[in-house]
Amino acid sequence: MGLTTYVEAIREGIREEMSTDERVFVLGEDVAVYGGAFKVTAGMLEEFGENRVIDTPISESGIVATAIGAAMMGMRPVAEMQFADFISCAFDQITNFAAKCRYRWGAGVPIVVRGPSGGGIHGGPFHSQNPEMYFVHTPGLKVVCPATAYDAKGLIKAAIRDPDPVIFFEHKFLYRRVKEELPGADYVVPLGEAEVRRAGSDISVITYGAMVFRALDAAKELEREGIDLEVIDLRSLLPWDRHTVLESVKKTNKVILLHEATRTGGFAGELAAVIAEEAFEHLDGPIRRITAPDTPVPYSPPMEEFFLPQVSDVVRVARELNDY
Amino acid sequence: MLYYMKLTRELEDRIERKLYRQGKILGGVYVGRGQEAITVGACMDLDGNDAICVSHRDMAAFLMRGVTPRQILAQYMGRKTGLTRGKDGNMHMGSLDHNLIAFISMLGDSIPIAAGVGLSYRLRGMKQVTVCFFGDGASSRGDWHEGLNMASVLKCPVVYVCNNNQYAYSTPLEQQMAVENVADRASAYGMPGDIVDGNDVVAVWQAVNRAVERARGGGGPSMVECKSFRMTGHSAHDDARYVPKELFEYWEKRDPITRLETSMRDLGDLTENKLAEMNGRVVAEVDEAVELADNDPYPDPEDCLTGVYFEG
Ligand SMILES: Cc1ncc(C[n+]2csc(CCOP(=O)(O)OP(=O)(O)O)c2C)c(N)n1
Repeated sequence: MGLTTYVEAIREGIREEMSTDERVFVLGEDVAVYGGAFKVTAGMLEEFGENRVIDTPISESGIVATAIGAAMMGMRPVAEMQFADFISCAFDQITNFAAKCRYRWGAGVPIVVRGPSGGGIHGGPFHSQNPEMYFVHTPGLKVVCPATAYDAKGLIKAAIRDPDPVIFFEHKFLYRRVKEELPGADYVVPLGEAEVRRAGSDISVITYGAMVFRALDAAKELEREGIDLEVIDLRSLLPWDRHTVLESVKKTNKVILLHEATRTGGFAGELAAVIAEEAFEHLDGPIRRITAPDTPVPYSPPMEEFFLPQVSDVVRVARELNDY
Repeated sequence: MLYYMKLTRELEDRIERKLYRQGKILGGVYVGRGQEAITVGACMDLDGNDAICVSHRDMAAFLMRGVTPRQILAQYMGRKTGLTRGKDGNMHMGSLDHNLIAFISMLGDSIPIAAGVGLSYRLRGMKQVTVCFFGDGASSRGDWHEGLNMASVLKCPVVYVCNNNQYAYSTPLEQQMAVENVADRASAYGMPGDIVDGNDVVAVWQAVNRAVERARGGGGPSMVECKSFRMTGHSAHDDARYVPKELFEYWEKRDPITRLETSMRDLGDLTENKLAEMNGRVVAEVDEAVELADNDPYPDPEDCLTGVYFEG
């Protein structure tokens, strides 16, 4: 079997769920005839027809709300945001309607809202954002950020099968840059489980999304200096895998929290709090954060590079922590 | 008018067909080829104090307000000398000094913003108006509807100009709305909705002027829908294979620049000499701007951190 890219993996995952579950359908802007701005849904119109792959007007709030309505009636809609940035236009329907239905009146809303997030492609402030934390702060939602093709497929399938609303942030930088051989058989990656990408003994780097690869590259570089990083890929942010994180911290006793989203109110803050609460006595150094700064995502290449955490940042902080 | 239409076309051609392909412009590029008459006609008679809320195919508004081709190219090339100093790219730019309200990607967001701009004029008894551009696709957003209603209820001096180029990315009009014209919706908000040939710069100019006069006179907002066609893909990476070829051929024959040239010639307002001189001037201006902008500096990496809040 050949290699499957991240974008193909998501497409495969949705296709498989559509094939085995006729309740599943896709809706969004330019998803049918065009196959999606990033071609995630390419070929689906031809395969499943226009009742299951639906081009909509430019109405993010309408798209999500339509999905919610259909989901409450027993369907399994997968709604695309052309860029994750535009999810802001659907914020109310997601955070107030979808997220609170089960809690308030026991109505499940099994929708998936998915779209490309993240920087590194010179998209500027409105085509590069990492909006996950707006949703992580909303009880009732689940939030997923896959890094590998295997996970992208397994997680989108799990998200579609999940009985609650799942916000699925793909990373557009990874779409065609990561690929791997995938199993032929049906599989899912359960929501809420992290993965140890690289076992190590000196410092835990806890991260997700495109930053997983920055951490792995840094680990390779530091290997030569005898610094052994453990890299944890969270995969899901809500719910998230406390057990795997805490076990890792207890083993290495030093921790770096790495993400592409901006610093204040970023996921690192939550991780740091839980680590401090539950593994304080295991820490042999300060918890260190590597994140984007608290600014919008700038367009111009030198600034965007400065904005995004780099391998060199991980290497530098790891050295400092190692010497601590 | 002809000059600004030509300058817009030349500048955008250079951006899309040359600099983008050479890799000197990164990210997305959206041009308004074939739709130049809309922006030029609508902005022609505006006062410099009137605000313009641009959308993503309104390059001419910048040129007509005196933003230089060099500044525009520097913006596209991510240089420090661009209107956003490299913070944002392509037509995501604005300048309060020029009364140009920056486009935001979230389509339709600027409709209620324009209402607020207009409201500020009315509350202070000023005679200014604002012209707000949007595409057919943007009219599906909730903010679009809220904005029109707000502008009407609060009697804001705004002229909403629709560039109906018949596609929103790959999605044709009939899949975006169940009415025939965007302007059909104007009456639902209690404002006049005019429909004009968007490739006829004179028709656009006249219709927008009527609406501007109404707004200046305290008559509240209006809408002018300009029927045109997107003669390109959605953006530079899109080959628009979903658009039937015949549509391009049909609209090619109605090119707004050729049409204006023809009618000016017929009226005896345009000699071959004058035309050649204008063509040469436009190319030379853009040549020079490319040269200058390409030598302009990039921002420093740390500039990323500046300007999030007021810095005095
Ligand atoms: C709220 C929102 N959703 C999606 C997009 C992505 N997008 C950018 S332009 C575009 C099509 C716009 O169509 P229209 O308003 O008709 O303008 P045109 O590009 O045809 O000039 C889309 C879907 C966006 N910019 N904003």
